[in-house]
Amino acid sequence: MPVDYNELKKDRDAEWREELRKKVSAKDRSSQERIKMPERPPQVRNKDFFEVPEGFSEEQAVVEASRCLDCPTPTCISGCPVNINIPGFIKEIERREFLQAAKVLKRTNALPAVCGRVCPQESQCESKCIYNRMKKRPVAIGALERFSADYERKTGNISIPELAKNNNIKVAIVGSGPAGLTVAGEMAKLGYDVTVFEALHEFGGVLVYGIPEFRLPKEIVRTEINSLERMGVKMVKNFIVGRTSTFEELKNQGYRAFFIASGAGLPTFMKIPGENLINIYSSNEYLTRVNLMKAFRFPEYDTPIVKGKNVAVIGGGNTAMDSVRTAKRLGAERAMIVYRRSESEMPARIEEIHHAKEEGIEFLNLNNPLEYIGDANGRVKQMKVQKMGLGEPDESGRRRPQPIPGSEYLIDVDTVVVGIGTSPNPLIPAALPQLEVTKWKTVVVNEKTMQTSIPEMFAGGDIVRGGATVILAMGDGKIAAENMHLFIQENK
Amino acid sequence: MYKILEKEVLSENVVKLILDNPVIAKSRKAGQFVIVKIGEKGERIPLTIADADPKNGTITLIVQKVGVSSHKLCTMNPGDLVTDLVGPLGKATEIEKVGTVIAAGGGVGIAPLYPIAKAFKEAGNRLIVVLAARNKDLIILEKEMRVFADEIVVMTDDGSYGKKGLVTAGMEEVINREKVDLAVTIGPAIMMKFVALLTQKYNIHTIASLNTIMVDGTGMCGACRISVGGQTKFVCVDGPEFDAHKVDFDEMLKRLNAYKQDEEAAYKQYLESLN
Ligand code: FES
Repeated sequence: MPVDYNELKKDRDAEWREELRKKVSAKDRSSQERIKMPERPPQVRNKDFFEVPEGFSEEQAVVEASRCLDCPTPTCISGCPVNINIPGFIKEIERREFLQAAKVLKRTNALPAVCGRVCPQESQCESKCIYNRMKKRPVAIGALERFSADYERKTGNISIPELAKNNNIKVAIVGSGPAGLTVAGEMAKLGYDVTVFEALHEFGGVLVYGIPEFRLPKEIVRTEINSLERMGVKMVKNFIVGRTSTFEELKNQGYRAFFIASGAGLPTFMKIPGENLINIYSSNEYLTRVNLMKAFRFPEYDTPIVKGKNVAVIGGGNTAMDSVRTAKRLGAERAMIVYRRSESEMPARIEEIHHAKEEGIEFLNLNNPLEYIGDANGRVKQMKVQKMGLGEPDESGRRRPQPIPGSEYLIDVDTVVVGIGTSPNPLIPAALPQLEVTKWKTVVVNEKTMQTSIPEMFAGGDIVRGGATVILAMGDGKIAAENMHLFIQENK
Repeated sequence: MYKILEKEVLSENVVKLILDNPVIAKSRKAGQFVIVKIGEKGERIPLTIADADPKNGTITLIVQKVGVSSHKLCTMNPGDLVTDLVGPLGKATEIEKVGTVIAAGGGVGIAPLYPIAKAFKEAGNRLIVVLAARNKDLIILEKEMRVFADEIVVMTDDGSYGKKGLVTAGMEEVINREKVDLAVTIGPAIMMKFVALLTQKYNIHTIASLNTIMVDGTGMCGACRISVGGQTKFVCVDGPEFDAHKVDFDEMLKRLNAYKQDEEAAYKQYLESLN
């Protein structure tokens, strides 16, 4: 989305902002070191599921906020998929108007407590901070975002954005993950009668089944959903659009437009021998059992999980990191990442790789699984891997891994988690034969509007992108909501 | 929350429940299933929809006590509320007129077989039902099937009812007697494996409806995966019905045992806690 600098200028020209800018010199601001958020010690946290970073104290937040130079043309905003007024909320923190900071965030971002935790700020807003050019470490925008949202939540004084007058036009959101929740919030603000349909028994999509408690406490997701409900959004669980009721039936009930955000589906496997042995999971299954079904508390909770001693997680993305750190917390003696490229090609956030290492995760980089070997009961007991070298860059720009002949060897494992990606959920395309999809089964949209080949249907998040981050899904949601609104107004 | 309206005890470990759910009652088709969860701490269990009444807005589930979750469900009563119920899931059975159909059900598998058998009959097929169980008490839905089946063969392991022997013996008798165009089988995996071996011998196309371990039931996790003709398939979205001659039942049997020890221990503990 393009940044509207005129709009920002108005805020920046406020008297208090000017005074605040003058209070401390730019030199003093920039000589302050970036403040590191405190974290629980690795050997303590790798045995439980509580959150790893502890968040800024008020004092820390104010000092970090004072580092921000309040630039006339804040480049950081161009790195944010939802265009948060970054200096706007940071300066509120600096003058200790913490609740006001949360309000500024919520103008453009429905889920600040979530984004403050799981966004890859280092490659988004923080990578565009002016400090980078000054060879200094960027302002800790993510940590400050998290601080504001947490502060607001702790006061119990949670603001909801201003709502337009109810226009009684019904819209349906399919899926309650980050994309769906964003559209729900935006459409509610515009006065629509919004219903969110969720297939599972809890709302939040990947935020509740995928991302572990130690990175994103579920209580935070519940609070955000609560706010949406206070905005008048109806939340319906255990409902699969296209199955429980068809799109046609919903249209007959008066739904005028749909946003399809049914997320990732089918986990990808490598199609190598032995992959269906017992104790070989997809990341989705492993994480769902633990996060959504609380299998780590079996038998208090009814869903079981294998608590392996030697666990190999295949892949190098955030999901793989989440899985391997979960395995450690379930009691693994060896929890290993097996990845076919080297660390510098890993798609996971640097912070997560770093956390994993601190917690005692082993990294078997440049290793590729070839085969799994089972015992008499069909449980995996070993995996055969091959060492890899790096060749010329491939289409993704990363150096292509190449097998080193004769380097195969065996690793003892009792649990394997395959975290190499997913393809989109097949249920919606199956229910809508007219819907145009790509050969990867992602839904085709006009990127500028997120409109699908069926005019009243918009789509975003993993069902469109195949695999995306929370914030990109939310960015899709913002664009889709704007255009859904236009579409409905034009077709009144 | 979804209310249980009626309950009938079919055998010592099997109950029939009628639940209030007008939306699913209307949208479900033969062969599809739902996922049920009881209580905040419950697990998600897949159960085939045995029948539905769109007029009254109810669906029928038939449940066998095999572990903690199914035990909890079996001991619920009319008026009680099921926490979560979602569906219909899976593909519907492709019902066609093919000629003569054998529907072979074992144990509690007779329940999901019921709507499929009925649908094949309604499509104009000659329908022979073979019901099998360990003993007389475990033969369920015989009366209901008699209403539409052209013939019913009952087999029990101990000979306490019908003929003594396995489901395959009952089927083979029919196959030797007349031309069979299609077999449909639902029951324990081991039974379906032997049904598949039998019909393969006679070259009769056979459909098996599989009941694997599941978590989400929407194609998201892969817990339900099996090998069919050397390819990995997800039972919840690609099935639950597959060409029985292509299913790797040995692999499926192993996968079904993934949590057996833990679950048996938990069930024992649970039963003790009840006393
Ligand atoms: S049960 Fe999860 S994919 Fe089938």
